[in-house]
Amino acid sequence: MNRIDKKFEALKGGGRKALITFITAGDPDIETTYDIVLTLEEAGADIIELGIPYSDPLADGPTIQASSQRALNKGVKIPDIMKIVEKIRLKSDIPLVYLVYYNSIFKYGIQKFLKESKDAGIDGLIIPDLPIEERKDILEEVDKYDIYLIPLVAPTSKERIKLITENGKGFVYCVSITGVTGAREDIETDIEEYMKMVSQYTNMPKAIGFGISTPEMAKKLKDFSDGIIVGSALVERIAKGYNKSEMLQEVKSFVSSLKEVL
Amino acid sequence: MSGRFGRFGGQYVPETVMNALIELEREFEKAKQDKDFMEEYRYYLREYSGRPTPLYYAENLTKRLGGAKIYLKREDLNHTGAHKINNVLGQILLAKRMNKKRVIAETGAGQHGVATATAAAMFGMECEIFMGEEDIKRQSLNVFRMKLLGAKVTPVKSGTGTLKDAVNEAIRNWVTNINDTFYVMGSVVGPHPYPTMVRDFQRVIGDEAKEQILQKEGRLPDYVIACVGGGSNAMGIFYPFIEDKEVKLVGVEAAGEGIETGKHAATMAKGSVGVLHGMMTYLLQDEEGQIMPVYSISAGLDYPGVGPEHAFLKESNRAQYVYATDEEALAAFMDLSQTEGIIPALESAHALAYAMKLAPNLRKDNIIIVNLSGRGDKDVNTVAKVLGVEL
Repeated sequence: MNRIDKKFEALKGGGRKALITFITAGDPDIETTYDIVLTLEEAGADIIELGIPYSDPLADGPTIQASSQRALNKGVKIPDIMKIVEKIRLKSDIPLVYLVYYNSIFKYGIQKFLKESKDAGIDGLIIPDLPIEERKDILEEVDKYDIYLIPLVAPTSKERIKLITENGKGFVYCVSITGVTGAREDIETDIEEYMKMVSQYTNMPKAIGFGISTPEMAKKLKDFSDGIIVGSALVERIAKGYNKSEMLQEVKSFVSSLKEVL
Repeated sequence: MSGRFGRFGGQYVPETVMNALIELEREFEKAKQDKDFMEEYRYYLREYSGRPTPLYYAENLTKRLGGAKIYLKREDLNHTGAHKINNVLGQILLAKRMNKKRVIAETGAGQHGVATATAAAMFGMECEIFMGEEDIKRQSLNVFRMKLLGAKVTPVKSGTGTLKDAVNEAIRNWVTNINDTFYVMGSVVGPHPYPTMVRDFQRVIGDEAKEQILQKEGRLPDYVIACVGGGSNAMGIFYPFIEDKEVKLVGVEAAGEGIETGKHAATMAKGSVGVLHGMMTYLLQDEEGQIMPVYSISAGLDYPGVGPEHAFLKESNRAQYVYATDEEALAAFMDLSQTEGIIPALESAHALAYAMKLAPNLRKDNIIIVNLSGRGDKDVNTVAKVLGVEL
């Protein structure tokens, strides 16, 4: 059984919601990524998204763009990230998914990327620029490696939700807004209506992401979903320029405060 | 898979915009079949932009080179000074038809931005143009023109601060304002249906050129030559000739300081297949798919990708892609200015540079058409700087 399924099952049994956290692999550097992941787990994160830094992150706002650029400036490459995942796996069984733009996979080689991801211990992929129309090539391959291709739906998806979730595995990533990633103070979408629509089409666990920046927001949204995704607000804290132990402490208290309300 | 040219093209975009792309495709297909819509489009091309543009026989240049006859398709004589307006008029009319009140666009050299700002002013639409910080410095005249026309010009600081980053930012803005905003894409790039739609709004260049050359020479040309950044002027003039196998189609990319220096924008010559801006095509990228910085003296060719239909024309050997350096383009820029009294855009000067190399090796009864995609007024500052002249 895939670690993602196991996790959602366990959370459901305990009446809790999933806290899914995003960080960019290699920001501020690849060794620290290892420490951050273990800190996130310790603080209560249930699933961790590792962003593979990309030069042209179309779906991301300024915070994650800058984070991606910092990692690239450090010279982080895909094999370095695979190695860190392997190292994390020696210590932790937390579900790990890559947030990766399609060109990174395509250029690296779909087979090679999937095989190395599987060997390292990756459980799923979120590809923000690969709508169902373009998923065929990779969909044929992911099953061989038992890697889940996480489906994404948006408030504009409407009846497309059916097709998107049909072959989906793991959980449905429900993009909260029409927009790019980035911490916001408020979500304008009618989340209740939106999530009701998603539920009409699928029984898979549903997680809401984009814009969620505080425990208060997480608390407001959790009743409509099975999980909350937090990225930019966390990346901002990592980038604040503390020394490493202060940064990890800050990450820990922020993530704990999120987990508490879920 | 829809919207493919062989294995190129597609729709590699966030889910949020998929329904908008599907709707755009549907509306575009309907509009193309709608006589009134096409009549209105042709009306503005004629009355507002001044089409048809002449196919000018460059007699002085031809005689001096002593080979093939060179004709220039004078897209520089369009309103706003380049071919970009052809496409913009089509897309703005489509935006109007779809009841969109706000348009956005990316721009490199500023020509597409100016064209979009111009049409938005005429049709009373709100307009925001995304432009790389570096390009804003290089093309300050066009930035001022856009502002005069009432557009908001938003500098893009991310990445390399050039055209590719302006496209990223325009797409991000579109994702955010998907319900009320129409994205006027400036070249034959981006997700389907843009490459097809922009080509269809630019094919008027080739349709006219074909008719004009038949009238003047009673036969088709041997060569059609155009510069290629994203590739809209080239696609526009190539497209009506694709079935005429005897016509050789040549796209000229920007070789910057030379394709071995790493400072160039010769995507077809040095690139590999990948995905950027919603399309699968040739890209200048590293082994992990990170998009590489590109360089050309002309901001309009400074793009690490190329339209997917060009990628297909290359792979199927229907068109040939070559390149010209900054130096060659500058020489052609000076040459045309002095022999014909026409100051070409630096982009178009790349196509001219190749034509000038080719013509002397051809027979006198051979015919070359060069797409003179834009005028060079916007480039005089750049050229003066290279020549060490203070303006």
